[in-house]
Amino acid sequence: MTALGGLRGERLTLARGEHQLFRDLSFDVSAGDVLSVEGPNGAGKTSLLRLIAGFLEQSAGSIALRSGSGETITDAEERAKFVGWLGHSDGIKPQLTPAENLKFFARYHRRGDMDSALDRMSLRRIRDLPAQYLSAGQKKRVAFARLMLVGRPLWLLDEPFSSLDAEGRALAAELITRHCGGGGIVVAATHEPLGVPCRHLQLGLA
Amino acid sequence: MFEFANPKRFMDLSGKLLPWLAIASAILIAAGVYLGLFLVPRDYQQGDTVRIMFVHVPATWIAMMAYGIMAVASVFGLVWRHPLADVAARSAAPLGALFTALALITGSLWGKPMWGAYWVWDARLTSFLILFFLYLGYIALWNAIDDEVRAGRAAAVLALVGAVDVVVVKFSVDWWNTLHQGESIFRAGGPLIAPVFLWPLFLMAFGYTFLFFTLWIVRIRTEILSRRARTLQARGVAG
Amino acid sequence: MPALAVGPRVSSFLALINRDVSLAARAGGNVLLAISFFAATAALFPLGVSVNPAFLFRIAAGVIWVAAVLACLLSLDRLFQADYEDGSLDLLALGPLSLESVTLAKIVSHWLTTGLPLTLISPILALLYRLPQSGTEALAISLLAGTPAVSAIGAIGAGLTASVRRGGLILPLIVLPLLSPVVIFGAGAVLATLDHISNGALPLLAAFSLGSVLLSPFAAAAALRLHLAA
Repeated sequence: MTALGGLRGERLTLARGEHQLFRDLSFDVSAGDVLSVEGPNGAGKTSLLRLIAGFLEQSAGSIALRSGSGETITDAEERAKFVGWLGHSDGIKPQLTPAENLKFFARYHRRGDMDSALDRMSLRRIRDLPAQYLSAGQKKRVAFARLMLVGRPLWLLDEPFSSLDAEGRALAAELITRHCGGGGIVVAATHEPLGVPCRHLQLGLA
Repeated sequence: MFEFANPKRFMDLSGKLLPWLAIASAILIAAGVYLGLFLVPRDYQQGDTVRIMFVHVPATWIAMMAYGIMAVASVFGLVWRHPLADVAARSAAPLGALFTALALITGSLWGKPMWGAYWVWDARLTSFLILFFLYLGYIALWNAIDDEVRAGRAAAVLALVGAVDVVVVKFSVDWWNTLHQGESIFRAGGPLIAPVFLWPLFLMAFGYTFLFFTLWIVRIRTEILSRRARTLQARGVAG
Repeated sequence: MPALAVGPRVSSFLALINRDVSLAARAGGNVLLAISFFAATAALFPLGVSVNPAFLFRIAAGVIWVAAVLACLLSLDRLFQADYEDGSLDLLALGPLSLESVTLAKIVSHWLTTGLPLTLISPILALLYRLPQSGTEALAISLLAGTPAVSAIGAIGAGLTASVRRGGLILPLIVLPLLSPVVIFGAGAVLATLDHISNGALPLLAAFSLGSVLLSPFAAAAALRLHLAA
């Protein structure tokens, strides 16, 4: 995984249709930081993540990603290549087993060690069970395993701890800590504390 | 032309233009009908039924023009994000569908005395039948997507794909028709040679064009007004 | 197309095709659906019209072609919708392939699970319609040449309706008019062989297929970007 320099958002304004989500939003995080994006439902947490990922376009403001080599990237499509995504839906194919799901992503991204990713999230027991038989929490673990496997430096997580049990949370928190320790950045939209030291960004204040 | 992007300017300008367009279309169509019904001689082959041509042929031209306008508006919407482009395209579609239906019905009526049947798989009629479905699909897509901005962009993509495809469709239907040596109402260049026939034709064509623009502008204005009403309503609820 | 430079991207491209084809080929997948619809429709027609061999001879090309197009349409509405709904589309879009390459891969895998199997069983249906050997060959060749266009243009419709809940209802309305040249040229190619004439239908069909496969990924990707921006 390539280490990052930092991620800065400057005076971001985002409107969805006629409805303005946030205005003049700014943040600045460096390698190793975890940014916890908080706020009530509908405040725009998911939209901010999708904006950083390059799916949405801001009405005003800019986002600059500094890579480890000092290069600054402002283009959304370029930035997308650095993103490891864990969205609201887990992106797990129900007909495939966790092993098959991960094997596809390993081939698609041409990298990653499927077995150690499964082990890290304690999935060895259920690795060959079709995902439709797994609980939401187990599928979330597979999604985390995928994050580790794909190895992108900027993690964008939408409600990462929802449906995880205590053990799952501990494993996920450890994964996040390791990721940041290696020079990555994590931006997480969340309702609950992540259990790791983080910076905070509050959305939805009038 | 981007001055008209401002809805207020558009409303002012179009408000002034509208009565003239309406009057012009009424006069031209009335003149075209009068010439076509009374002053043009009977065709030696088709008799009086050839007069349907004056309603049918201009309708086909406007049906195609409407799609062209929709495609151009779609480009403006997708490439330059012109604010009125989506409204313009959406407003043109039902009118285009209407003129296409008019063309199909009058074409069918024209064919009945000649071939004894209300539908003929003529190359022209078949092409316009497909065009009619293209219009319906476009309108259906607009209605299927809830978010208006996204619906507009998706419909714009469809309009452009359709514009490219319709050229191939026209070509393939013509090819198919010559293959099957199908019936053709419009093959004979006969009725169209004599200049006396051209006058009512062009009068009707211009009349239809003005009518199209009148109705189109009315629809765009209505859409702008209803959006204003919705915005005011939303603010009223919030405030 | 720039995104398909030979090399590492090709293996990502193939991995995506592999995944989609194996998903479709499973029990409850779409391959069997397309084949059975195709066969059932083509078999049902003579029951409703006539089994006079001379008559069947004339309608075979058109009927089988229309049945093929409809069978291919069946699985189109889920082409992108399934990935959109479970969040996979986000992941594919963020991957190493451009969105245009992703849609092209989807078009290829759709064809491999609809157009190709239909082409392979078409000789059996040709039998039902008492087509001669030459007609059977012509039918198979025309299906092989024309069904890629159905997948390609269908993918545009699928992309436009990816986030529409009942998208499957308007998809045929959008896609079928666009596909009229395929039916015209496809059936025309078979009829040319049956009538022992040369009408240029097959080259026209192949050209249309090639054009639509090359161009539709751009339109489909544009449509998908709209839904990703939801």
